[in-house]
Amino acid sequence: MLEILLDATVRAGTPILFATLGAIINERAGIINLGIEGLMLIGAVAGFAATHASGSLLIGVIAAFVLAFLAGSIHALITVQLRGNQIVSGLALTMFGIGMTALFGKEMVGLTITGFERIAIPGLSLLPVIGKPFFNQDLLIYFSFVLVALIWLFFYRTRWGLAVRTLGENPAAADTCGVPVNLYRFLAVTIGSGIVGIGGAYLSLASTPMWIENMSGGRGWIAVALVIFAGWSSPRAMLGAYLFGGITAMQLRFQAMGTTISAHILQMLPYAFTILVLVISTMRLAKGASQQPESLGQPYDREDRK
Amino acid sequence: MPDFLQIEHIRKTFPGVIALDDVSFSVTGGEIHTLLGENGAGKSTLMNVLTGLYHPDRGEIRIDGQKVGFTSPRDSLSCGIGMVHQHFMLVPAHSVFENILLALDNVPNLFNRKEYRARIKQLIDQFGLDLDLDSPVWKLSIGAQQWIELIKLLMRDCRLLILDEPTAVLTPQEADRLFSVLQQLKQQGKSIIFISHKMREVMQISDRVTILKKGHSIATLERGSFDENRLASLMIGTDQIPEWQKNLQMSEEIVLEIQGLSVRNDRGLSDLDSFDLKLKKGEILGIAGVAGNGQKALAEVLTGLKSASQGRIMAKDKDITHSDAKKAYIAGIAHIPEDRKSIGIAPDMSVDENLIMKSFRNGAFSHWIFQDKKAIRRNAAEKIDQFAIKTGPDGSPVRYLSGGNIQKVIIARELSEKPAVLVALYPTRGLDIGSAEYVHKVIADGADRGMSTILIAEDLDELLKLSDRIAVMFRGQLVGYVDPRNTTREEIGLMMSGEKQGVAG
Amino acid sequence: MKLITERREISSRLLRFSAPIVSIAIALFVAGFLLLASGVNPLEAYREIIIESLGSIYGLSETLVKTTPLIFAGLGVSLAFRMQIWNIGAEGQIYMGALGASGVALFSGIGNHWLMMGAMFGAAFLCGGLWAGVAGFLRARWKVNEVIVTLLMNYIAILWVDYLVYGPWKDPKGFNFPLTAQFSDTARLAEYFNTRLHSGFFLAIFCALVLYLFMERTVWGYEIKVIGSNPKAAQYAGMHTGAAIFFVLFLSGAIAGIAGFSEVAGLQHRLQHGISPGYGYTAIIIAWLAKRSAIGVVIVSFLMGILLVGGDSLQLLWQLPVAFVYAFQGLILFFLLASDFFIQYRVKLVKGGRHA
Repeated sequence: MLEILLDATVRAGTPILFATLGAIINERAGIINLGIEGLMLIGAVAGFAATHASGSLLIGVIAAFVLAFLAGSIHALITVQLRGNQIVSGLALTMFGIGMTALFGKEMVGLTITGFERIAIPGLSLLPVIGKPFFNQDLLIYFSFVLVALIWLFFYRTRWGLAVRTLGENPAAADTCGVPVNLYRFLAVTIGSGIVGIGGAYLSLASTPMWIENMSGGRGWIAVALVIFAGWSSPRAMLGAYLFGGITAMQLRFQAMGTTISAHILQMLPYAFTILVLVISTMRLAKGASQQPESLGQPYDREDRK
Repeated sequence: MPDFLQIEHIRKTFPGVIALDDVSFSVTGGEIHTLLGENGAGKSTLMNVLTGLYHPDRGEIRIDGQKVGFTSPRDSLSCGIGMVHQHFMLVPAHSVFENILLALDNVPNLFNRKEYRARIKQLIDQFGLDLDLDSPVWKLSIGAQQWIELIKLLMRDCRLLILDEPTAVLTPQEADRLFSVLQQLKQQGKSIIFISHKMREVMQISDRVTILKKGHSIATLERGSFDENRLASLMIGTDQIPEWQKNLQMSEEIVLEIQGLSVRNDRGLSDLDSFDLKLKKGEILGIAGVAGNGQKALAEVLTGLKSASQGRIMAKDKDITHSDAKKAYIAGIAHIPEDRKSIGIAPDMSVDENLIMKSFRNGAFSHWIFQDKKAIRRNAAEKIDQFAIKTGPDGSPVRYLSGGNIQKVIIARELSEKPAVLVALYPTRGLDIGSAEYVHKVIADGADRGMSTILIAEDLDELLKLSDRIAVMFRGQLVGYVDPRNTTREEIGLMMSGEKQGVAG
Repeated sequence: MKLITERREISSRLLRFSAPIVSIAIALFVAGFLLLASGVNPLEAYREIIIESLGSIYGLSETLVKTTPLIFAGLGVSLAFRMQIWNIGAEGQIYMGALGASGVALFSGIGNHWLMMGAMFGAAFLCGGLWAGVAGFLRARWKVNEVIVTLLMNYIAILWVDYLVYGPWKDPKGFNFPLTAQFSDTARLAEYFNTRLHSGFFLAIFCALVLYLFMERTVWGYEIKVIGSNPKAAQYAGMHTGAAIFFVLFLSGAIAGIAGFSEVAGLQHRLQHGISPGYGYTAIIIAWLAKRSAIGVVIVSFLMGILLVGGDSLQLLWQLPVAFVYAFQGLILFFLLASDFFIQYRVKLVKGGRHA
C-alpha cells in the first residue's frame, strides 16, 4: 500500500518538480516567471507532437525543451532587454501558451502514442519500500534526480552559478564585476523555461500519453508557489514537489476507493494545500529561515540613478 | 611620461539634467588625484562614465594615449580600472569569499575552492585584516565591507583605483589607516582617484586636485599650489549661502528620554542595545557614529516604524513605550528620513499631494470623505513660496525635482505642524552647499522656537557646527556625550570606535 | 558596435496614447499568421469579427453583453493595480459572486424584485470581496504573495461552483446537466431592446463613475495612490498600509463579484458550470491597457468585448478553439510591454570595445 502510494507520489510530483526547478533558475537570476503554466502546456503539446511525428520519445523531450525555450525567450526579451513588467509578461506568456496549445493541439486530441516505460535499476529497485517508487521508474524521472543534483552543483560549485545568484541579489554588483548581466539573465530565463517544458512533456509523454487541452491544470502555478517553499534550492524543490505529488496521489486514491466525498471537493485539496504551504513558508521567510533573492522582480537599468 | 588616463570633453545628460558638461582631466601613474566638488557637481557621474556604467554623450577617454570606448564595466575592468562605489557593490547574503571570487578575473567555471581561498586569505592577511571568508557580508561592519570592496580591486591587479567618498563610513582613525594603505599602493605605482568633499582629507593626501563644479571641470591644481581657502572658493564660487545664527540653548527641561532601549532588526540582531538618550527642550542633539551603528534604528523607533523589544521611551516623565499615547506622541514627531527618495516621498504624485501626506485627513484639506483640492493647492503655493522650492509645471510628479528640492518638500511637510521634536537622519546628504546650509538654517531656526532636534549626521564638521551637545553611538549603545565647544575630532573618533568613554548624562 | 539604451527626457504624449493602439495592431498582424497556420484567412476572420460584433443592433448588443462583466472585473483588478497589488483572481471572484447571488435567488424566497436585487447584489459583493479578502489578509498579515494566492483560489472557486451545480444545487428537472433551476422573475434584471442587453451594463458604467470619483476625489483614493506610489513613504506618513491592502483587495474582489451577480441575474438566470469563460483573466489585460483610469477600463472592455464576440463566431465558422482569444490577448500584452520600453527609452548604436 505505502509502496503504491509512494510510487504514485513520485509520478504525480515529477512534472511539478521539473517546473519548480525551471522556475528556481529564473528566480535565482532575479526574474519572476509567471508563465510556468503556459510553458508546461507548450512543452506538453510540443513533446506529444514531436513524439507522434517521429516515434521517438527522446525527440519529443528535446522538442518540448526547445519550444519552451523559445517561448521563454519572449519573456526573457521583454523582462531582461526591454525591462518590462515581469508579472504582466509572465501572465501574458501563460495566456499565450494556453491559447497556442489549444489552437495547435486541436488536431492531436484523441491521438495516442507509446509513452515512457518503467526501467528498473538493478539492485536499487529491490530495496524495501523505496526501491520500487524511486528506482523502478521511467527515464525522465531518473533525469529529474540528476537535474536536482546538477542544478545544486551549478549554483554552489561553479562561477557561472555564483554569477547567476549574484544577478538575483544585486545585478549592479555582478555588472561591476564584469558579468554580462543581460546575457546571463536571458539564458537563465530561457534555459529555466526549457526545463519547465520538460515538465510539461512528462504530462503528455509519461503521466497520460496523450494530449488534452489545458492538461497542466494549474500545476504551473503550484510550481511557482513551491519555489518559495523550496527557498530557491533544488533539493528542497524535490521535497515540495513530492509533497504535492503525495496529496494528489492520495486524493486520486480516495476517489478510486469510491468515497462519498465529492470529487470536486477532493480536487480542491492540492490548491488549498499549496496556499497553506505558501503561507507557512512565507512566515518562515519572515523569520529569516531562507532568503528571497534581493532583486527579484526588479529590472536592471545600468544608468538608473539611485 | 605620458598620462596613464586622459579624459577629454566628456558630456553626459540625464532626463532634464546636464550632469557633466565638457569635463577634462588626466591621471598619471603613481599619483593620488582628488576630485573635489560639492554634492551634485558630477563626481560620481564622471566616475560611472569612467567605469563603463554610463555611456557619455560626447567626449573621449584615452588610456596610455589610446582612445577607448567603454560600453560596460567589463571593458573598463579589462583596462585595469576598478572602483569602490559609494553604494557598495556587494551581495549581503553571500559570503566574503563569494563576493571576492566573483570579482576575480580568469576564474575557471569549475574552480578549485581551496586554491582561491588561499589566495584571497593571503591578501587579507597582508593588510592585517580580520575577515572571516565564510561569514555573510551582512554580518560585517560597513567599514569591513569597504575593505572587501578594496580587496576585490587589488585581487584583480587594477592599475587605477577609484574611491568614492570612502571616509564617509570610517572613524577618523580608520580613515588614517586607509590613507596609509593608499600611500603604499601609490608607491607601487598604482594611480588613485579619490573623491571627497572634505577639505581636510583632500589637503592631507592629494598630489593633484581637480575641482568639479556644476558639471564642469574648472581647475586642476598641483600639490603646493592649493590651500583650503583656495579650494573652497573654487568649489563653491559665488553661490548664495543662506546665513543663520546659532544660539546656544540653555534649557534643562527634558522632553524625551530613552532608557535601556533595544531594537531588533529583520535578521534578529540588536540594532539598538540598551540604548540611553536624553533630549532637552530646544536643543540640537547631534548623534555621532560610524554608519550602521544603530542610528537608523533609533530614528525608526522614534518615528513609530519599528517597535522596541526592551526598554522605555519617556515623554516628560510619562512612559509611552507601549501605550496608545506613543502613537499620538510619535505622530507629533517630525522626521527627515535618511533615504528621501525611497521613504520620504510618493514619487509619482505631485508636490501638492506630497505636501499633505501627513495631514490629508485634516479638516483643512478635506470635507467628510472628499478632498478639498483648492485648499491643497493653496497650501502648496504657500509652502513653495516659503521654502523656495523649485518645482516643474503644476501637477508634475515630484520625482522630477532635484535632490535639494525634494528635501525641501519633505522639510516643508514635516515642519508645517510645528513639531516639538524633529528627528533628522543625514538631512544634508547629497545636497549642494546652498541647500545644505538652508537645511541647517531651518533646524537652527526651529531650535530658537523651542523645537528639539535629534540630528544624525556622518560629517563631524557638520555636527560640531550645529549641535548643542553631541552623543556618540557605537554598536547600538550610547558611548557618552561631548560638548562640541571643547572636544576634538580625535576624541569623538575614539569614542566612535568604542575605545574611549565619554561623559555620562 | 553595440546597442545601448537611454532614458528619454519626458516621454511624448502622442507616443503614450498611440502605444496601445499600435500594440493591438501589431498583435492583430502577428495573430494573422497564426490564423493562416491553422488554415483560416485572417482578413476574412477579422472582417467577420467586426461584422459580428458591430455590424448589427443584435451584434452590438451582444458585444455590450460581453463588455458588462469585463467592466466590473476590469475595474476590480485596476483598483488593486493602483496600489501595486496584483489581483489575478477576478475569475474566481466572479464565480463566487455568481454563487452568492444564485444562493440568494434560489433559496431566500424574497418576493419583492428590488429587495431581491439588493440581496443578490449584496451577496455577490460580499462573496467576491471575502474571496479576495483571504488573499488580502494573508498579504497584509504575513506578506504572502497575493498573485499566487488569488490565482490558486480561482481553481478552488470554480470547483466550488462545479460541486454545487453537479451536486446539491443541481436542477432535478435539468436532465442531469450541471446547472441549477432557473431563477424566478423577481431575481432577474430587466432586458432591453428585445436583446440580451440587461441593466447590468448600466450598473457597470455607474460603477466606473463611482470608482473614478472614489479614486480622484476622496481621502481614501488619495491614500491608495500614496501607498501605490510608495508603500514605505505611506507607512512613514502614518498610514495603515496593512489595513489598506486588505480593504483594497476586498473591494477589488467585491467589484469583480458584482460581475457574477450581473451574469446570473441578467444573462444566465441560473448558476451553471463555466459561468465565466475567463473574463477574470481578460480583466487583467484590460486593467493593464487602461493604465490607471476607470474610464479607460470601460473603453478597453468594449474592445475586448468585440474580440470575445468575434472569437465566438470564429469558433462557429472555422472551429477555432475559444482559447485562441487567449493567445491573441497574450500577444497584445507582449507588444504593449515592448512598446512601453520604446516610450521610455531610445536606442542608440555606439562604438564599443576596448581599443576601438
